[in-house]
Amino acid sequence: MFELSEDHEAFRSVVRDFARAEIAPHAEAWDRDHVFPIDTVLRMGELGFFGIVFPAAWGGGDGDFTSLCIAIEEIGAVDQSMGITLSAGVGLGANPIFRFGTDEQRSRWLPDLVAGRRLGAFGLTEPGGGSDAGATATKASWDQQAGEWVLNGAKAFITNSGTPITSIVTVTARTDDGICAFVVPSGSPGLVVEPPYRKLGWHASDTHGVVLDDCRVPADHLLGAPGAGFRNFLAILDDGRVAIAALALGCARACLSLATAYAGEREAFGGPIGRFQGVAFQLADLAVAVENATNLTYKAAWLRDAGRPITQAAAMAKLYATEAAVAASRVATQVFGGAGFIDDNPVARFYRDAKILEIGEGTSEIQRMVIARGLGLPVT
Amino acid sequence: MNVVVCVKQIPDPAIPGQLDPQTHFMKREGKLILDDSDAYGVEMALQLCTAAGGGEVTLVSMAPNNETSGLRTALAMGAAKAILVSDDSLAGSDALSTAKVLAKAIERAGEYDLVLAATESTDGYTGFVPEAIAALLGLPSVTFAKSINIEGGTVHVQRQTEAGYDEVTSPLPAVVSVTAGVVEPRYPSFKGIMAAKNKPVDTLTVSDLGLSGVGGAAAGQEITAVDPAPARQAGEIVTDEGEGHLKIVQFLETQKVI
Repeated sequence: MFELSEDHEAFRSVVRDFARAEIAPHAEAWDRDHVFPIDTVLRMGELGFFGIVFPAAWGGGDGDFTSLCIAIEEIGAVDQSMGITLSAGVGLGANPIFRFGTDEQRSRWLPDLVAGRRLGAFGLTEPGGGSDAGATATKASWDQQAGEWVLNGAKAFITNSGTPITSIVTVTARTDDGICAFVVPSGSPGLVVEPPYRKLGWHASDTHGVVLDDCRVPADHLLGAPGAGFRNFLAILDDGRVAIAALALGCARACLSLATAYAGEREAFGGPIGRFQGVAFQLADLAVAVENATNLTYKAAWLRDAGRPITQAAAMAKLYATEAAVAASRVATQVFGGAGFIDDNPVARFYRDAKILEIGEGTSEIQRMVIARGLGLPVT
Repeated sequence: MNVVVCVKQIPDPAIPGQLDPQTHFMKREGKLILDDSDAYGVEMALQLCTAAGGGEVTLVSMAPNNETSGLRTALAMGAAKAILVSDDSLAGSDALSTAKVLAKAIERAGEYDLVLAATESTDGYTGFVPEAIAALLGLPSVTFAKSINIEGGTVHVQRQTEAGYDEVTSPLPAVVSVTAGVVEPRYPSFKGIMAAKNKPVDTLTVSDLGLSGVGGAAAGQEITAVDPAPARQAGEIVTDEGEGHLKIVQFLETQKVI
């Protein structure tokens, strides 16, 4: 009950080997130079990481959500940017097309996304409103004469929206029938992908603002039932929250491991600093946090694989694991002292990368609201 | 083009190993993994099949406790099936016994054009099994391959030597041992790992193979003692008096580095 299956562990060891040999040696340079390593992302695709949860009929691996979480955790343990690239590519790029697309839409976009040859992005957040996704201001109007939707508005912080292999950006927009989702192919006239943000962390992940300026898409680019866009996206977010919990777990675990090793070898006052309770007890607390984050994350993934409701479990896992990651990266940086403040040290990178985990895919405040509502409290 | 690859499943080198104090054999109680040095042979075999436009790779292995973890890794890379010989009586086998068992298992692999093996295992290092298999099967043996090409019924091998390499050709079928670095082993894909679960592993005992006179009881060699490796001696310090470079060259020559 408290361990993953042999198959899961076999897959974990393959992802770990790949992450350590093919990603870890380059993570610092990609971070420093703000490089999106397209060849590595394509190799992740060849190994089937982007297709794990999708049916073989679409080129997927027929695997479970737990396996995807394992891949995100292991890659995230060496490079958070590559972890979010995978998480967003699957959860926000391919999954909406798979869950809400018609077979025609699926066959048009899904095979390349599942194979990791192309990436999809998802635009929900807007410059004027983050957590208040229901207040979407982007508008879609129907041009009867042209038989096209005309999109106008702006989306903010869109992962994977501007890579050389991005094929689609799915956006939510308000129509007369409520909020709908539209698939906007890269290169569509009126789709403006803004220059990349200057971010605190996630330097090797591709993030842009996206402007829709009289952007036209054909009628068959409406994704899902008219007016179901908002509800659909909330459903997708639950999965995404567990995936971010797995990413945060990778970060926390790596920080604990790096700091523990350093505390054992760094000498001060005649011996390793790990003999001081001020250091050792912080690492003991982190070990408990990593254990808790592991259990919450894989419990949520297990519920998802069992087809059970996960809204509460996903919010708890996301809230706890991301706050554990922020704490772990702070403690690890402190244990490393001045060396932890130097950018080529992995803990410095994890420290910068961790903060966004408490914000993206629902802030910690939103998770607490979801959990409190689950208690029956009338939280607003 | 069908290729048989001999693979060994060994204790994880990342976990410190232990020797049995009585027999001096390595303890093999935990989970075993595919010997890294065998991943090269598996990759080479898969590439040769692809180049030939078809055929399949069959694994043969001898391991205790019906252990298949390491075989699953090689099956996930793309091998089609495996033959595993697992028998309590094989504990303590010497290299000749191992070769006899593997040679018999290879005869069960169906039609094959080539047998590949690593030059030596990472846990035992006897470096003798591939050649013994070739002798037992009555096949040509080519060792230390750093490159393999098949043309018709002939295998062309670049055989690693101290000075460079020899070009060796041999009729097929043959037994070829490959060095690490002959090819870059692939990572198993997620689909490969999932598919490996359902690939056939034929598990046999010594009597299934019709063999006798193998295993620990028949071992013609024993480990009489194990001593720690001697501590490294202090190096030689050469003071450069204008001809230091010559002394460096001289030293490298004696070490056969250049």
